[in-house]
Amino acid sequence: MTAYDKLKIARKSGRPTGGQYIKEIFENPIELHGDRRFGDDLAIYAGLAYLNGEPVTFIAMEKGWDLQSRMERNFGCPKPEGYRKALRLMKQAEKFHRPVICFVDTLGAYPAAEAEERGQGQAIAESIMEMMGLKTPVISVVIGEGGSGGALALASANKVYILENAVYSVISPEGCASILWKESTQENVAKAAECLHITADDMKHFGVAEEIIPESLEHFPEMCKALKMQIAESVDELMKLSEEEIVQQRYERFRKFGIFDEKSSAGKGFFRK
Amino acid sequence: MGFTDVLQKMTNSAKIKCKKCGNEETAYHLTQNLYICPNCGYYYRLGARDRIELTVDKKSFTEIDTGLTSKDFLEFPNYADKLEKAKSSTKEDDAVVCGKATIGGKEVALFVMDSKFIMASMGSVVGEKITRLFEYATKNQLPVIGFTASGGARMQEGIVSLMQMAKVSGAVKQHSNAGLLYITVLTDPTTGGVTASFAMQGDMILAEPKALVGFAGRRVVEQTTKSQLPDNFQSAEFLLHHGFIDAIVPRNELRNTLTQLLTMHGRRANS
Repeated sequence: MTAYDKLKIARKSGRPTGGQYIKEIFENPIELHGDRRFGDDLAIYAGLAYLNGEPVTFIAMEKGWDLQSRMERNFGCPKPEGYRKALRLMKQAEKFHRPVICFVDTLGAYPAAEAEERGQGQAIAESIMEMMGLKTPVISVVIGEGGSGGALALASANKVYILENAVYSVISPEGCASILWKESTQENVAKAAECLHITADDMKHFGVAEEIIPESLEHFPEMCKALKMQIAESVDELMKLSEEEIVQQRYERFRKFGIFDEKSSAGKGFFRK
Repeated sequence: MGFTDVLQKMTNSAKIKCKKCGNEETAYHLTQNLYICPNCGYYYRLGARDRIELTVDKKSFTEIDTGLTSKDFLEFPNYADKLEKAKSSTKEDDAVVCGKATIGGKEVALFVMDSKFIMASMGSVVGEKITRLFEYATKNQLPVIGFTASGGARMQEGIVSLMQMAKVSGAVKQHSNAGLLYITVLTDPTTGGVTASFAMQGDMILAEPKALVGFAGRRVVEQTTKSQLPDNFQSAEFLLHHGFIDAIVPRNELRNTLTQLLTMHGRRANS
């Protein structure tokens, strides 16, 4: 399967969206609304639930399941108030030392004038920075599209998992194609998807995801059971760490990213892969 | 056009034409005017070295973490070529210069992005150098002054470039937790993944007049919402109006402003 095939699967309508994973994996979810500053962005569905009887904070991007719900949720493209709601709930989780589980599925942060006016860049920047310092475990699962900074704002986590046919990219293949070849024809988008290395296998290869979660959407409950086990295992492992260790583990996880050459100077040269 | 270019023109005493208004100015006059068009007030974009020269105390700058160069590890179309061209035209290794210096006698760690190098997009090298600078500043209890300019994450390095946003943000967070000062100066243009990470993480966020600062590109916004955008959309003035930056500081006042902010965050004499 090519990267472009995977991209199409990740975007396919009818593919399970954030809310369906919450329903399947957690018990008794209570949705919590609003960023306490401007509004409530329904592209972010978040709240409290039980995971195997223990309380957790869940934060999911929700694309919607029919035309009306998709429009209400802006097709899963969060606005600044969505990121600020997510951050509010992460800080709340930190206060009560419960784990945060994020589900990532977005083409990208909403690129609109109103979003720019309300500081889309600032909202994402703050989310990433605060996540990097959060004293409670965060686990993120890319379930569909991991679109650029808008996805990373919910994926600066201690552990990241990705579904077999999900994608994660620095720029949408359409955006990349139109920069490189002026036109985002289907052929160019397919080529861009290839060049950008966006598949789950690529994420595993670069260490961007710890594990790939096998997909069988026709057996959705069973598939979610496996995902739930993976999440629960990570929660157990991370909850054993001290607050400092949780932050340190996350820092080191991201600190290692970077592929470059370095001329040896004063015997300190090294090559990172 | 940067300082070195201007100097070259000076030797053959040519005039330089303003990109904005077309006004021709002698190179000498332009350098005296801090690369601001005396006719229309257009701010010429500065290369990293010119910026450093205008900002820090004379001869106080020592560069650190040199010798890091980008790799075309995805074999991305034209990336190797682009890197070669950028290196030879700018004489820089990549899009950021880091070091230590003093400003108004105050010691700082400094990073300056250079839009002449592949529009200062952020790949592994930019991310690594800025991360190291913050780690260095945290260890040595120094404030960080950062001049941002960027087209965003460097797509030619795929997902690894996106990860730089979190890597740098982690280092900024540790620096902040240590009670140290971070001031960003947003220069034209600061966009995409840099806006959505360390550009917007300063304790104080300053900007140059009329600098373009935004997350999504103007054309993408126009296409998404099919709406006409105001002329000043995503300008420094637009951000100031909406409450996302602390101040717009003209180039000739920047050194003084930075000096005062640094002085105000010095250790108290009795502590």
